[in-house]
Amino acid sequence: MTKRRVKRAPPKVWAGVALIVVALALLPFVAALAGQAWVRILNFAMIYTMLALGLNIVVGFAGLLDLGYIAFYAVGAYVYALLASPHFGIHLPFWVILPLGAGLACIFGVLLGAPTLKLRGDYLAIVTLGFGEIIRIFLNNLNAPVNITNGPQGINLIDPFRIGSFSLARAGPVLGIDFSGPQKYYYVLLLLTICVIVINIRLQNSRLGRAWEAIREDEVAAKAMGINTRNVKLLAFAMGASFGGIAGAIFSATQQFVSPESFGLFESIIVLAMVVLGGMGNIPGVILGAVMLTLLPEVLRYTMEPLQLALFGRVLLDAETVRLLVFGIALVAIMLYRPAGLWPSAVRKRELETPKVVAE
Amino acid sequence: MEILLQQIINGLTLGSVYALVALGYTMVYGIIGLINFAHGEVVMIGAMVSLSVVTALLGAQLPLPTAVIILVGLFVAILVCITIAYSMEKIAYRPLRKAPRLAPLITAIGMSIILQNAALVVWGRNYRTFPPIIHPTPHELLGATMTDLQMFIVVLAAILMAALLFVVQRTRLGMAMRATAQNPQVAGLMGIDINVVISAAFVIGAALAAVAGLMVMTYYGIAHYYMGFLLGLKAFTAAVLGGIGNLAGAMLGGILLGIIEALGAGYIGDVSNICGFPWLSDSLREQCAASDNQVSMFGSNYQDVFAFFVLILVLIFRPSGLLGERVSERA
Amino acid sequence: MSTLSLLAAKGISKRFGGVHALSDVSFTINHGEIYGLIGPNGAGKTSLFNVLTGIYTADDGNFIFDGEPLDRVKPNEVAERGIARTFQNIRLFQNLSALENVMIGRHVRTKAGVFGAMFRDKNTLAEEAAIEKRAYELLGYVGVAKRANDLAKHLAYGDQRRLEIARALATEPKLLALDEPAAGMNATETQGLKRLLEEIRRDGITILLIEHDMKLVMSVCDRVLVLDYGRKIAEGSAAEVQNDPKVIAAYLGSEVSLNLKG
Repeated sequence: MTKRRVKRAPPKVWAGVALIVVALALLPFVAALAGQAWVRILNFAMIYTMLALGLNIVVGFAGLLDLGYIAFYAVGAYVYALLASPHFGIHLPFWVILPLGAGLACIFGVLLGAPTLKLRGDYLAIVTLGFGEIIRIFLNNLNAPVNITNGPQGINLIDPFRIGSFSLARAGPVLGIDFSGPQKYYYVLLLLTICVIVINIRLQNSRLGRAWEAIREDEVAAKAMGINTRNVKLLAFAMGASFGGIAGAIFSATQQFVSPESFGLFESIIVLAMVVLGGMGNIPGVILGAVMLTLLPEVLRYTMEPLQLALFGRVLLDAETVRLLVFGIALVAIMLYRPAGLWPSAVRKRELETPKVVAE
Repeated sequence: MEILLQQIINGLTLGSVYALVALGYTMVYGIIGLINFAHGEVVMIGAMVSLSVVTALLGAQLPLPTAVIILVGLFVAILVCITIAYSMEKIAYRPLRKAPRLAPLITAIGMSIILQNAALVVWGRNYRTFPPIIHPTPHELLGATMTDLQMFIVVLAAILMAALLFVVQRTRLGMAMRATAQNPQVAGLMGIDINVVISAAFVIGAALAAVAGLMVMTYYGIAHYYMGFLLGLKAFTAAVLGGIGNLAGAMLGGILLGIIEALGAGYIGDVSNICGFPWLSDSLREQCAASDNQVSMFGSNYQDVFAFFVLILVLIFRPSGLLGERVSERA
Repeated sequence: MSTLSLLAAKGISKRFGGVHALSDVSFTINHGEIYGLIGPNGAGKTSLFNVLTGIYTADDGNFIFDGEPLDRVKPNEVAERGIARTFQNIRLFQNLSALENVMIGRHVRTKAGVFGAMFRDKNTLAEEAAIEKRAYELLGYVGVAKRANDLAKHLAYGDQRRLEIARALATEPKLLALDEPAAGMNATETQGLKRLLEEIRRDGITILLIEHDMKLVMSVCDRVLVLDYGRKIAEGSAAEVQNDPKVIAAYLGSEVSLNLKG
């Protein structure tokens, strides 16, 4: 990303920011008018934004194609589930588990990344895919003879975020205003998401971020310029995984239920699609991609069945199938017609649309 | 010992199927460097289509022998699979031939999702069973059993593989394919129509996939819209194991992977038996006592993990595969 | 000689299958000189670069750089030790700006890590400012300051070559290894390059230069090494090498003899 020096932001920018802040603050109440489900959907959009930004570090900044990213989400989710539910009878508070989840996911990131350092594009993709599947299979089967993960049934009754007696899952008044459970989560998530966004922006505009982009552009030249590509790549995996782990822990708490089903290859692909759709490496684009890919399917779900009923008198395709078909077609179509994503950074757009003229 | 032989026989059968599917992956990767993610789905469609045709023919109660019914089913399946593969290549992959690696990979994933869900729409969510028209007779073989269905699968696969090798080594099309795999630009300059060659690779792969689909259908008796994913991934592992881009490698890799999986699934229970350990919890001790001291940490439900482990190990330690060439990179 | 020599190579050999890219090559480069490396195509010049900078491992022989052995060293460690290179086929970070390319060159001499990046403490901010400042300076030094915010991909060919040099200089090398920097340049550009090389030498950096442009080599190099088929066939001052019959034979073929005395 080309840095632009802005010494003093003009007042117009501040006004715009203020507007956005107000809009975001009021959003959950507007959404609640259509039903609490929509507030939950907003919350999901934010969780996925965190996930997509994490993957963006690996795929977008460093150019490492990771098809098994959901494994880190799973690690975070299960760590939370195991440490804050009746399953083992442990009930640690969320502010203890979140760093633990992030930390463990980080370790997994390094473990999964380490063997892949010498691999080229496609092979890296397949190996990471394999890792993701292995984790899912273990989660699904570690219920006998020793029950660790409770297998396909998953773990439920997971504790929500709680401080003393103030629980985020229950509706209740705060400072005199009534908030529903999802609405309370909304603000916490908003804060966390903003933190994640800021951290990502800082990472991109740093010595480390530049090192990642150097590796993506030309690994041989990056090494020649003194970059320790092994460590830098591992850092990409580690950072990406950490964000995934945090998102996973939050997912666990808001859903209050986890099962291996939510962590398959398909989910990995959805997150990848968010990054690709939004424009790899481009933070605003990735946020847009995440929000779109969370909201659109829900919109489809609410409109497809009534629409089919109106048009055909019966439902030919259930909402889930429609959603998936549209998703698959969208992937193909975007790659054919807008490969740089819907809102690409100028960088990626040039890279993907003009044929490379490197005399190699 | 009988278990060993039995597992090897089972593995050989499964491996033959893997080999047929792996050939599709390796041909396409060898020529255009694309991992055709959607290939597993083509196998699934082959299985489903043949199932539908066979069921329909049986329903029509025509006085045809079983073999003919199955052959008709196979024939239709091959036609459908070829059409799908050809269209996929033309619509989704050909325009992206010059694009950076990520684009065709994502497109392939997209196609895989489309095919899966199209199958879901057509054939529904439930497991579909193959009508009980085949009654495999078991034969004794050194203490283990091999049914004639298993023998048939192994032999048919071998014949098809031999035929493919013949085509690739002895015909003009085969030579064109080998040339294009080596250097597409120069092959084009020498008058080879790259598009025909690439389409041929997809078409041949799809035909083999259809046969593999029917084999899986008859062997396991069930088909499901999601079966292509795992099968495809394992077949790809087989192709990589043998050396991607190498036909003999795909065959060897397929058979080897089948045997590894079968042996693994067969023995993992024994290997991970924890009843021998001194430090067991009470509930575990109970379980051991109740099951004749056979409580395994990992059972055959971990079977799929073997393929992935093989894949990862091969790609890390010997990325060129068993029969592949070692390519050194000149800066 | 040990105090004068910056780089001493002894018996370097490298094979690729049956091809002997380098056979028993030995030479010394002294502090502060511009050392040329010439030879017909395929002579092993870039291979020598690649062995020196850790991209390949030599099958035989060793290097001593600045008094310390330089063996089995990874490319990024080579840069750390003080050898920076450019590439025959220009390997810039195409989709990053010229400024960012040079800033990446500063990576090896700076240290902010992931925590510095996230928390932006005082030291990190100061380091970032210094990196940017130095990058601008280097862009000016090689003469592409005006293109600082343009993508490397969009620079004119000659500017790209200069940018690559600026990026290499950003690593604060003791030895700057340039692989055909004048390739594709016209006479004026080559003159400009010559001035740049001389200025770099004046600033105390030793230069190892692969080149085909003989005029440039002869006018700017203090000493020259000539390779042919992976073997050293001559080493000496530019004038000595120019008149060496073995060198002439290598370039023109042994049937041709130059009757220089008229």
